[in-house]
Amino acid sequence: MTETVPLLSMRAICKRFPGVLANSNVNLDVMHGSIHALLGENGAGKSTLVKIIYGVLHPDSGEMRWQGSPARVSSPSDARKLGVGMVFQHFSLFEALTVTENIALGLDAAPDLQALRTRIVQVAEDYGLPLDPDRHVYTLSVGERQRIEIVRCLLQKPSLLIMDEPTSVLTPQEAEKLFATLRRLAGEGCAVLYISHKLYEIQALCDTATIMRGGEVVAACDPRNESAHSLAELMIGEELKPPVRRESAAGDTVRLSVRGLNKPSLDQFGVSLHDVSLDVMAGEIVGIAGVAGNGQSELLDVLSGEVPQAEADTVVVCGTPCGHMSAGERRSLSMAYVPEERLGHGAVPDMSLIDNLLLSGYRTHKLVRNGVVDYDGARTQARKVVDSFDVRTPGVEANAGSLSGGNLQKFIVGREVCQTPQVLIVAQPTWGVDAGAAAAIHQALIDLAGTGTAVLMISQDLDEILAISDRVAVISAGRLSSPRPRAEANAGELGLLMAGKRAEPAAAHEHAS
Amino acid sequence: MLLRLESRRAPSVLLTWLTPVMAIAATLVTGAIIFAAMGHAPGQALYTFFILPINSGYGFTELLVKATPLALIALGLAIGFRSSVWNIGAEGQLTLGAVFGGGVAIFTHGSESIFILPLMMLAGVVGGMLWGAIPAYLKTRFNANEILVSLMLTYVATLALSALVHGPWKDPGGYNFPESVLFGDAALLPILVEGTRLHLGSLIALLLLVAGWFVLARTLLGFQVRVVGMAPMAASYAGFQQKRMVWIALLVSGALAGLAGVFEIAGPIGQLLPVVSPGYGFTAIIVAFLGRLHPLGILIAALILALSYLGGETAQIEMRLPQGITGVFQGMILFYLLASDVLIRYRLRLLAPAAESRS
Repeated sequence: MTETVPLLSMRAICKRFPGVLANSNVNLDVMHGSIHALLGENGAGKSTLVKIIYGVLHPDSGEMRWQGSPARVSSPSDARKLGVGMVFQHFSLFEALTVTENIALGLDAAPDLQALRTRIVQVAEDYGLPLDPDRHVYTLSVGERQRIEIVRCLLQKPSLLIMDEPTSVLTPQEAEKLFATLRRLAGEGCAVLYISHKLYEIQALCDTATIMRGGEVVAACDPRNESAHSLAELMIGEELKPPVRRESAAGDTVRLSVRGLNKPSLDQFGVSLHDVSLDVMAGEIVGIAGVAGNGQSELLDVLSGEVPQAEADTVVVCGTPCGHMSAGERRSLSMAYVPEERLGHGAVPDMSLIDNLLLSGYRTHKLVRNGVVDYDGARTQARKVVDSFDVRTPGVEANAGSLSGGNLQKFIVGREVCQTPQVLIVAQPTWGVDAGAAAAIHQALIDLAGTGTAVLMISQDLDEILAISDRVAVISAGRLSSPRPRAEANAGELGLLMAGKRAEPAAAHEHAS
Repeated sequence: MLLRLESRRAPSVLLTWLTPVMAIAATLVTGAIIFAAMGHAPGQALYTFFILPINSGYGFTELLVKATPLALIALGLAIGFRSSVWNIGAEGQLTLGAVFGGGVAIFTHGSESIFILPLMMLAGVVGGMLWGAIPAYLKTRFNANEILVSLMLTYVATLALSALVHGPWKDPGGYNFPESVLFGDAALLPILVEGTRLHLGSLIALLLLVAGWFVLARTLLGFQVRVVGMAPMAASYAGFQQKRMVWIALLVSGALAGLAGVFEIAGPIGQLLPVVSPGYGFTAIIVAFLGRLHPLGILIAALILALSYLGGETAQIEMRLPQGITGVFQGMILFYLLASDVLIRYRLRLLAPAAESRS
């Protein structure tokens, strides 16, 4: 085994899906012991490529070489035999089983549970991955669940570990711990193929980067020699304008107010909200950070009116108590809302953009007279949104589901912004959206706040929160911290809050159930 | 060779309208095979079933008479089905409409007032809505499944009608047959074409189809119906209330089924009988789906399913086939339609064996 022969070499890989060439002549070399970033926007073909490596998908043409000799991988089990391990973005764990039992299920041969338990403890200790083998999965945090998947891979002593967007579910501290583990693995000679679109962590972690765009490899570089800006431009293939910041335009009029909101969770896996209070002023953007599943969706249900409350004055929009009002009635108070899920919630996939404009816009734009819809007016408004937000679509008659994630999100945000609301609530505005579209959306939110709108943004993306918010709060286990000005907030401290720890960092321990 | 289903990026609009044609073609082919297996010349049998009944002007008006209740009921059902409210009990709503409308005719028997007919229609609509309101209330209040409730209420309605014509509403001069009095002229729908049974109800049904198209395509209510059916979360995002949709769907479909019931007893039948419908309420479910829940499609589908009734009758007379042949053909159409509808969202792809083994 010489160091000059790549551990893994992919040559001229092509893979076509109906209507899209997901991988076009892709070449990739991964060296022993390197942490290799695979960088690209959603839909660039990263996931397709790693699924081919792991044997989940089969290429239409092209060759895979493992340590210099041709390899045939027709299933994940073949890949594991070669020494490839993969941690998926979405875990496949049984909530009702213990850590050990889950890992046993993922192994190709049925193991002896006691021996396996010992090995798990051993590996977990070796790599600094604290994990109790006897805990049931449903009691574990997302970060701990990810550790199960990693340990499961490490037990097979892989020589290549593939990580698909591993930090999207982690707090900054958890991410830092993960990086330490990965560096240690690389030091022992294990190669890591690290998929992400978070540029800062790639610069901090990786020594090589392959950048994909539109199914092709467009560049290879050493990310440590690049700036985040230049990486982003390689990724999107055009010049990237950072959002134009402005001085906070916060006025002293409270536009959105939540007072002492308590909402016990009705379902077993839901999160109860405890005494949530918040004011959003005219002209400011308030960001709520937090790891998924800490009460964000419950809070959004209450704020949007999709789950109205019994008491009117828990939510006040522009001075009108509206806790009991439906989502439609709240729109009449000049409130707009961008939900987290685009398809099926913010937009109807099988309907045209015209119909989707009507969905939330028919009140504000007065597009219904005597019960009859003014479709010409709706078409005009939809065109306006498409034009002013640069939505790439064949036309406003196209179905919402046929647009790419970024373009549909631009349409939805544009649809709400064009209603010039006094209050805008946005959830995950750039989730799964390409960098170009994300920048446009951020700019639109900043500009809207500049006109005096109160904007409340709930996001798991801490970079996004810190990039555009005027004040920042953190939601954890259904409790909301008091917002503080962005200038006084830093990622480390917010991370502690996200992990459910109070202001004094030393007070709490790892398993705060 | 292997066949594989591959999902399409977007549902095919062309196939949405083509699969009903494919389903009918497949039904004809299978029908021919069944006829042949029973010892009839397939060509002759299909001719007897599908062409002979409408070979004359009278036959064609009969087709319209049968299509009228089917189209009316299917229109109401389509509004519900589009918003995912599954009213399976139109037969019962039709029956209760006939009971209410027939009651008006019986209690005003002997009067020649011109208000009797409009009053019967109104009563029929109220009766149908009442029968639709029960599943709507139970659904919105207790989340009871409207499929089961509306279906079971059908049997309550038909037994109630039967009890009435066997008892209090039996014609005193009717030799103890379980039938009501023959309605007076003021309680009968005017005939459109002399010498046929084509009545005013067919014209009203056509107008209601146009109105239904307008509501679905042009009004906010129609938009809400579509959104609730396609994406319930998006409906709640827009502030459309699902409970209201349940009420509207069941009341409208109940009203139209009740009206169809009045048209039957004030049109072709002319009195109350223990059974006033040969399953129009159930066949209308097939009409609604075959017509793609679209008023124009429903018009065409109602004519096709009406033909299956006429064909079944002709086949009984000409070929001595059992009555069940109507149901066989209706069932085949629905079966093939549901089977071929998979092609709207998926395409069939042939895989060469070589490509398969390589992967």
